[in-house]
Order: sequence, then structure tokens, then C-alpha cells
Amino acid sequence: MWNTVFPYLLSGISVGGQYALIAIGYTLVYGILRLINFAHGDVFMVAGIVMVYMAASGLPLWLCIILDLVATSIIGFAIERVAYKPLRTAPRMSIMISAIGVSYTLQNLVLYITGGLNQIYPKIPWISDSIKIGSATTKVVTVVTPILTILLVVALVLLINHTKVGMAMRAVSKDFETSQLMGININGVISVTFVIGSFLAGVGSVLYFTNYTTVIQTSGAMPGLKAFVAAVFGGIGSVPGAVIGAFIIGIAENIIKGLDIILFKAGLTSGPMGLAIFSDAFTFALLIIILAVKPTGLFGEKSIDKV
Amino acid sequence: MKKFFVLLTAVLCVSMLFSSVVMAENVVKIGVFEPASGDSGAGGKQEMLGMQYANFETPTVEIGGETYKVELVYADNGSSTDKAPSAAQQLVSSGVSVVLGSYGSGVSIAGSQYFADANIPAIGASCTNPQVTAGNDHYFRICFLDPFQGTVLANYAFKELGARTAYSLAELGNDYDQGLATYFKQAFEALGGTVIADSFPTGTSDFTSYLTNAQMYSAEVFFCPVSIAYSTQIVQQASSQGVTFPILGGDTLDSNVVANAAKGTDVNVTITTFYQEGANPEFDNGFKAWLNSNSEYLTNNGGNDMIAAVSVMGYDTYYTALEALKAAGSADSKDVKAALPGVTLTGVSGSIAFDEVGDAIRTSAFVKQVDNASGDWTFVTEQTVD
Repeated sequence: MWNTVFPYLLSGISVGGQYALIAIGYTLVYGILRLINFAHGDVFMVAGIVMVYMAASGLPLWLCIILDLVATSIIGFAIERVAYKPLRTAPRMSIMISAIGVSYTLQNLVLYITGGLNQIYPKIPWISDSIKIGSATTKVVTVVTPILTILLVVALVLLINHTKVGMAMRAVSKDFETSQLMGININGVISVTFVIGSFLAGVGSVLYFTNYTTVIQTSGAMPGLKAFVAAVFGGIGSVPGAVIGAFIIGIAENIIKGLDIILFKAGLTSGPMGLAIFSDAFTFALLIIILAVKPTGLFGEKSIDKV
Repeated sequence: MKKFFVLLTAVLCVSMLFSSVVMAENVVKIGVFEPASGDSGAGGKQEMLGMQYANFETPTVEIGGETYKVELVYADNGSSTDKAPSAAQQLVSSGVSVVLGSYGSGVSIAGSQYFADANIPAIGASCTNPQVTAGNDHYFRICFLDPFQGTVLANYAFKELGARTAYSLAELGNDYDQGLATYFKQAFEALGGTVIADSFPTGTSDFTSYLTNAQMYSAEVFFCPVSIAYSTQIVQQASSQGVTFPILGGDTLDSNVVANAAKGTDVNVTITTFYQEGANPEFDNGFKAWLNSNSEYLTNNGGNDMIAAVSVMGYDTYYTALEALKAAGSADSKDVKAALPGVTLTGVSGSIAFDEVGDAIRTSAFVKQVDNASGDWTFVTEQTVD
């Protein structure tokens, strides 16, 4: 039984880790700006494309990874300055539409540059190697992903709770105007948030595309959507919530893909029933159920409206 | 600044003069209805390369005693059935006499009605789903059909590979994938084998769980007639999971992109297709020289000058269209449509003639395999169906 479930669990944890790194970007920005940054999934995809072109230019891979992360952070920062900052006082809906605009701009820009052809992601040594764990053969990156994700999340939580910037972030997320009156540089804090979110999306893209080596302009759409679901599922605005939500969705999705064979091996069904088709439907059904039962998500703060 | 504007106006006038000169010449427009982006973008571009090469080779056609210049009009259907209608309308409104394409049966079906309404005939190069030509009189095709291809693949898996359990994986909502998977299943089960069929949602990039499924069912062959973008993922992930079963695919996998993905791994990738490089050396050499003459062509062909079967099909489609224009004796799409059923020619991919549905009469398919060391396609056998 364990031997049957284990490979699916392993894929699930790995995918979950990748969703988590993207989901943090959604949740951080939402926590501070109350904005759902629809362009986040595309920042993730652009990070992948930048890496492809950098590696093709012949730079050593370690340098490519560093430059890629720097470039992704700059892209996140630039998007905020160009598309969101001028709309700071506009209704929230306007910024959201601006985000959708950025998303399409990035996708079409990449479509133009790559000509719509799928790009093969460079092979990063060691993490691209195959290893055998128990009954499953997989890439090293599958094992590295959840560990790295958890380390980064711990670092992020420490940053939010124990540094001056973190304190400013928490203050801004509680009350925009009051923290401004207290002398906090709002624009600086928001930029830091976007840089952190984009940096993590960049790390996520290195891990994700090492596993699934094809990058096209729509590569960011599905992981972005799933990560967004994970962030809402865990309670948007909460970092631990987003991470736990991402792992639950990653694992659930992969277990569903293998549910047929798991049930069959357990002797509960007599043959395949084609349940794998429902892996995505299940993810979104889960979201609806959670929102119906607990509208703020697993770890969401209760909103208290002060009059 | 003022001088600049005067110059600009002058340049514009001259260029307009030139374009009116071109307009005065006899021009016949041929629509290229192909995906240049999306999941099938790579394949669509290779099919287009064949048409472009044919156009480069034969840029004019004799229609009714007059020489016409052939102009290719492009419309990107984006590999998606919701973008295909607007691409089809674009071609209709630019007044094409005949349409070539598309790579991918789903988009061909989605665009079909717009061509029918405008009385414009279409010639498919590599869309193998029966529904493309069934029940209409304007869609033709020069390639074999999926029921035939599915049977060839099932026979190969059962008889040559000795497989008794097959795992088949297709994309949800993709007419080509689902159709071919169904025909494969029917043929394989008729031979006495078992097929476990799964489908994945569009946009999937994690195929590890599906590969695990196949391993758990102890499948002896993994059948995935999917788009190029997915097949490269599947091949790479199969390699890192250390699978032992061969991966079997349809004509979509016949691309150097897939061969490159399998290069240096020990995954066996075997496919059926329309053409094998080397069958017509004269065409091969000409096409390769043309590809190497322009770096953009090379990029669109996936970075090297390996010949994809769809390029050959694109090439033959162009000549089929020229034959139809000649036979029609006019550039009017209605006349071309009326002339098409009677067109016969010997193309690079074999002799082409249409049956009453508008399908090419074909009796054989090529079976090819990736050489893992060199990343080239190697010829296995030419399979005919009894």
C-alpha cells in the first residue's frame, strides 16, 4: 500500500513546494496592498525565459541563476513602479485591471521574443540527476524543493517578525494611513514586498522548470492559478497559510491522479475508473468547499470592520 | 524636421506607386491557416516552412493562360479552438482562393464553417481526424486518417513490441488526441490486448503521476499522441523516472524537438508518420539548402535542418493547391472548390488523389524511432494495413 502511494506523495510534495513559493508572492502583496497581483504567474514564467536566454549566452550556470533571480526581482519592482504605483489612490478595481494588463503584456512580449516556440530549460547539474527513493525514481530537485521552500519560508517569517522592514510591513498591512503618519515610507515597503515576492517566484521557477523543462508564454498561467488557489485556501494574507495550502493542493492533486490504481491495489475497485481526469476539477471544488465553510480560508484573519 | 517629413511623404508616395504596380499584376492569394504560437506552434511553423519552400520554388502559376503571382496570406490560429474562428475570418476577408492547413485537427474543425460559408475550399496537410472532412464538401486533405494510424500503431505495439497492456494518455478536449487514442484502443483491444486510458487537462506540465500510473499497471507501452510541448515533457520526465516501457506516438511527435528531448536518455520513442528523410534526396537537399540560407527558417525548424514530415506535407499541399488552380482555370474560390476533387499529382510524400469524402487515398505509414545517441530519427519500417 505504502509503495503504491509513495511516488504520488513525493510528486505532490514537490509540486506543493513549487506552488508555495509562488503563493507567497500572492499572499504578501494581498496582505499589504489588498491587491490580487494577476501578473505574478507571468513573472514566474518570465524568470524561466530569462534563464533560458542567459544560459544560451554561454554564461556559467551558477552565475545565470544569480543573475536570473536579480533580474526577476528587478522585473517585480519595475512592474509595481510602472503599473501599480500611479494608481495608488485609484479604486482597487483599477489596479486589479492594471494587473491583468501587465499579465497579458508579459505573455505577449514573450510570445513575440520566442516566436511562440517552446524553449527547453537548461539542465542544472546535480538537481537534474535521477535518484531512487524507496519505490520511486525521481529527480534530486523533487527532494530539494520542499526543503528549500521550508527554509525560505522560515527566513521570511523571521524577516517579517524580527526586523525593522518586517515590522513596517506588518504595520502597513494593518493600516495604510496610520503607518504613513507614523513616518513609514509606504512606497519603500511596497517595493520590498514586490522584490521578495518576485525573488521567491524566481526561485520557484528554477525548481519548477528543472522538473518540467519546457517554457512557453503560457507556462505561468496554470501554476499561477493553482498558487492563487493555494493562497486563498490557506487564508490570503497569511504566509504559513499559503504554504500549507500549497502543499495540501499539490498532494491532493497528485493523489487524485493516482487514485484509480491506489484504490485498485487496495482491493476497493475492480478496475480503472478514469478518476485522473478530475485532478484539476478536484482542486477547484476543494476551494469552493473551503470558502463555503470558512470564507477567510484556513488561517485567514477575521476581518473586523471598525466604524 | 520639415525636410524629414517631405522625404517621408516622398518615400510613402513611391512605395504606394510600387504597390499599385504589384496590384496591377495578376495575384492569386493562398491562405495559410496554421498555428504559429501555442502548444502546436512548433509543428505549425514546420508545416509552414514546407509551404514557404514550395512558394520559393514555384512562386507563379498558370491560370487560364495567364501567369499569376502566388501570395501566401498568413493567419495564426494560436493552436486553440477559440482563436481559430477569428484567424479563419481574417483569411476569408483577405479574399483567398484556397486555404492550406491546419496543423492540428481541432483548429481545422473550428475554422471549417467560416470557409464553408465563404465557399472557399481548404486542403489539410496533416490534420488526421476523420471529422475534418466528414459531412462537408469544401475540406480536403492529403494525409492518412486516424482510424488508419491508430490501427497501424496498435498493430505495431501488439505484434512488433509484443505488448499486451498499453497505457494511453491524451489531452482533454483535444479532438486529435482523443480521436487517435480511441482508435488505438479499439484496434488494440480487437487484437486481444488491454488499454488503460487516462486524460490530462490542458496546461499540465507534471506528468510524473501519469508515468507512475503506467508503471503501476505494468504497462508494456506508453501511448501518448499529444502536442509537441507535452511530449517533450513526457519524454524528459520518463527519462528521470527511469521507465522501461517504450513511448509510442502519432504524427505530432515527428519533430526534431522531440528527438532532441530524447537525445542522451535511454527512452525509446517510436512514432508513425508521413515521410521519412532520405526517401526523396532531391527534395531533401533542396529543402535543407533553403533552410540553411536563412537563420529564421532554421530557428522555426527547431534549430537544425532535420526534415519534419509535416514540412513535406505542407510542401505537397501547396502543389495540390496549384494543381487545383490550374484545373479550375480561374482564381475564383468556387471554381477551385469544384476542381479539387479531380486533382491528382505525385508529391514528395507519394501519389495524391481524393476519395468521395475529400480524403487522400493512402495505404501506408512510416514507423520511425529516435536514435538516443545522435538524436536523429531512424527508419524502422513502412507499415501498410491489410
